[in-house]
Amino acid sequence: MGMGGLMLPHLSAAGIPVQGHAVPPESFLSSGMDVALKKRLADAALNTAKSKGASYADVRIGRYLNQFVITRENRVQNIVNTESYGVGIRVIVNGCWGFAAIGDTQSEADIAKAADKAVAIAKANARLVKEPVQLAPQKGFGEVSWKAPITKNAFEVPIKEKVDLLLSVNDAAMKNGANFVNSVLFMVNEQKYFASTDGSYIDQDVHRIWPNFTVTAVDPASGKFQTRNSLSAPVGMSYEYLQTNPSDKVDGVTTRYKMGYDMLEDVVAAAKQAKQKITAKSVEAGKYDLVLDPSHLWLTIHESVGHPLELDRVLGYEANYAGTSFATLDKWQSKNFNYGSNKVNFIADKTQVGSLGAVGWDDEGVKTKQWDLVKDGTLVNYQAIRDQVHIIGEKESQGCCYADSWDSVQFQRMANVSLLAGKTPLSVQEMIKDVKKGIYIIGDGSFSIDQQRYNFQFGGQLFYEIKDGQIAGMLKDVAYQSNTQEFWNSCVQVCDQNDYRMGGSFFDGKGQPSQSSAVSHGSSTARFNGVNVINTARKI
Amino acid sequence: MAILTKEEAKKIIDKVLSYSKADELSVNLTGERTGNIRYARNTVSTSGEAENQSLIVTAVMGKRTGTTTINEFDNASLEKAVRRAEELARLAPESPEYVPMLGPQKYLDTPTFAESTAKIDPLYRAQAAFDSIDPCEKKKLTAAGYLEDTTGFSAIGNSKGLFGYNRSTSVDFSITARTADGTGSGYVARDFTDTAKLSTKDATNIAIQKALASTNARALEPGKYTVILEPTAAGNLIQPMLFNLDARSADEGRSFMSKKGGGTRIGEKFFDERVNIISDPMNAEIPSSPFAGGGGRFGGGGPGGGGGGPDGRPQEKTVWVENGVVKNLSYSRYWAEKKGVNAIPPPSGIIIQGGSQSLADLIKSTEKGILVTRFWYIRAVDPQTQLYTGLTRDGTFYIENGQIKFPVKNFRFNESPVIMLNNLEAMGKPMRVSGHLIPPMKIRDFTFTSLSDAV
Repeated sequence: MGMGGLMLPHLSAAGIPVQGHAVPPESFLSSGMDVALKKRLADAALNTAKSKGASYADVRIGRYLNQFVITRENRVQNIVNTESYGVGIRVIVNGCWGFAAIGDTQSEADIAKAADKAVAIAKANARLVKEPVQLAPQKGFGEVSWKAPITKNAFEVPIKEKVDLLLSVNDAAMKNGANFVNSVLFMVNEQKYFASTDGSYIDQDVHRIWPNFTVTAVDPASGKFQTRNSLSAPVGMSYEYLQTNPSDKVDGVTTRYKMGYDMLEDVVAAAKQAKQKITAKSVEAGKYDLVLDPSHLWLTIHESVGHPLELDRVLGYEANYAGTSFATLDKWQSKNFNYGSNKVNFIADKTQVGSLGAVGWDDEGVKTKQWDLVKDGTLVNYQAIRDQVHIIGEKESQGCCYADSWDSVQFQRMANVSLLAGKTPLSVQEMIKDVKKGIYIIGDGSFSIDQQRYNFQFGGQLFYEIKDGQIAGMLKDVAYQSNTQEFWNSCVQVCDQNDYRMGGSFFDGKGQPSQSSAVSHGSSTARFNGVNVINTARKI
Repeated sequence: MAILTKEEAKKIIDKVLSYSKADELSVNLTGERTGNIRYARNTVSTSGEAENQSLIVTAVMGKRTGTTTINEFDNASLEKAVRRAEELARLAPESPEYVPMLGPQKYLDTPTFAESTAKIDPLYRAQAAFDSIDPCEKKKLTAAGYLEDTTGFSAIGNSKGLFGYNRSTSVDFSITARTADGTGSGYVARDFTDTAKLSTKDATNIAIQKALASTNARALEPGKYTVILEPTAAGNLIQPMLFNLDARSADEGRSFMSKKGGGTRIGEKFFDERVNIISDPMNAEIPSSPFAGGGGRFGGGGPGGGGGGPDGRPQEKTVWVENGVVKNLSYSRYWAEKKGVNAIPPPSGIIIQGGSQSLADLIKSTEKGILVTRFWYIRAVDPQTQLYTGLTRDGTFYIENGQIKFPVKNFRFNESPVIMLNNLEAMGKPMRVSGHLIPPMKIRDFTFTSLSDAV
């Protein structure tokens, strides 16, 4: 069932979405196509489109590499290497978009044929157009390039090293009381070339990595089982994410991580905590003050701030799938819509180093930047692309257009949307000290929100009861339900920059056909007063 | 070129097999052409077409497997692919879960292909969109919809003489009609093998009725209610549970199908005795691939004899739940061998056998209840109890004394389909929903936990 929501893979089922063809790992080491050849192919597409009547055309030549190393307990389940290469051409004819794509070709004639098809599709649909496309002007950048600032390319690390790491992680889990452990290393490299009739030829090299695991503890006597997922984040980095410095670690009730992840250390904690969860106290439903760790809060930000402030949703373009938004234009126009308390500042960003959304230019040739969405609690802006920005009175796109493959059409996607750290010095310990009846939540769990982003429910990985300023023990069966505006208005404190960390997702789903996009969300630990907590235990 | 005939596909597969020096070799050849049109705000937003084909070769050396993929089919490329797969197999670690490949199999000739769907072109899609946008405009509603058509084939073969071929078509359509003021919304989804069965106009007219009827919704207190779930809503909530009917996780103690003290709960009465769930690839409404993981409209299957493509197990009519009793769970070939049982592959389309009543009959027999059009953003809360949360969407109505009285605001639910299928009051006539056959259902004591302002 397509959901237009965040898609998280079930590791135990190895049901990870795989795109592209299986290839031998050594093919990853080839540097791909020469830039001069890409330019020639791009020009073939652009020239054909123009000669057939397109008023605008862009072409994306993409080579997408994925590697998954999938293990459980003492064995490798699968090593998947995929490569997908092809060309996608988008045109405007008679005020209407058309798109066609062709895979695995370096022939100018094939590409010209695809451009022709894109024009034919635009023409077929032009009679239905009521709002001709208004594209914000964009200057051409000439021949430029951008490369993610990685220091250890995961695709150059031998498979054996990756297998050894995961098997040692699994071994550590089993030695510390796990019944089962599934672990995965997921690596992505997008080599993207963009050209348009505006005169841009942009070559980019994007990297992402996500090491993660699920530990399961089973109590056969009671028939109960519990899991604990890794506290890693998918990041816009490469293998250097697995090299930790002490400064990357955040101490506390369990260790959490900044831009370096210690997988072995985390799995030992996870094995013990999964067992502990089986006998943890079941939560008593009611109102609690919530202290939410960045490893958890990123998902609440993603769902309740990132999505409702996507302009295509606000305008109704996603009405049939992902939904619309409560944050309607009149609320933004009023200049006083109270999205949250005055502690709440959200920014959108496509440049943050190490984030999943960072690129030099977006997928329609717009230079990326950072901008405000919510300032001191007030809604001030949206996320919009070239064919939408005229609606919010902007002269240029905000640069958040993305396609997940050469054969997908690019459209507005979420930038990294992050909560700014508090300006006053405040540590997590100091925050907890003032909480009388609360729950401290670490890690993301179950998540669900309505199609206009009012009502949501979130779970987590680890729940700790806070009583009179002290952590009193572990809880289970916890989920909180709230309403977006009410929730962000109950935000009374945000910890300072020292606690700032990013979480994120490889699989944010939107669009028909559904496309997935990777996005990060940063925050420091934040406190929310009087939130409704439910008990999720049932008997079947 | 993307869609090969059985003979063309066999010729390529035989050629690939002739190059083999491996202990075992399997080949999976697939091709697909897909097109779509998307519209919103009563105008077309995006539209496109894409073609793809690929050939996956898996070589086995002892208990080591290697897989490679190509999409050029000249002899030199085919031979190179075989050599590369063999080379990768030699380098791979031994798999403790290795199972020898299957020999020749008998496959059903399933009716998964319709010429009318294969012929869909950009003009057809534009007309389908127009037929949906036009009636909305005439009622001053805003249409957002999507149509996607796919034509594809999948062929499998191996060095032990197995060969299978299947071609398939599908068309998926969905429409959301909203009132101009955003206070009413209606939704309909349809999917077929044969696009001749699809009328985007008729489907849109139902969405229009729901949109107009759902304005000025009233708030009811959250709590336990009798609900009538339209097939789309029932399918939304039951499907995730059905995909968890896996024997291995049950045996391992980490499934709702795990037995206290060990083993699975096969043979236990789990649901109301009127619940019967089967799968049947020959079903005329939801035909599916005759072999597991055979591509086309439905997935199913899982990793094959070496991680590359389907493993060739035949799909046959299978009883999953009979009179409320769980009769079968799906097995990987490795786990079935370990347990000494028949390796039943996971199903493609599921059929929940209902009754003969219409949705209107179910409403008529309801004293007090809530009619649910669809559910949204369903996520697992607790895998142990199959507790899911999510929300109603695009048409939720209050029923009293057998009649729809007024629209109600959307609810969030926290409910387990296991509990739900025990609280069954009645089921109506099944219809196709996302490749499954699902009846409308009347359920008592369905748990709504909060209200949503979303329309």
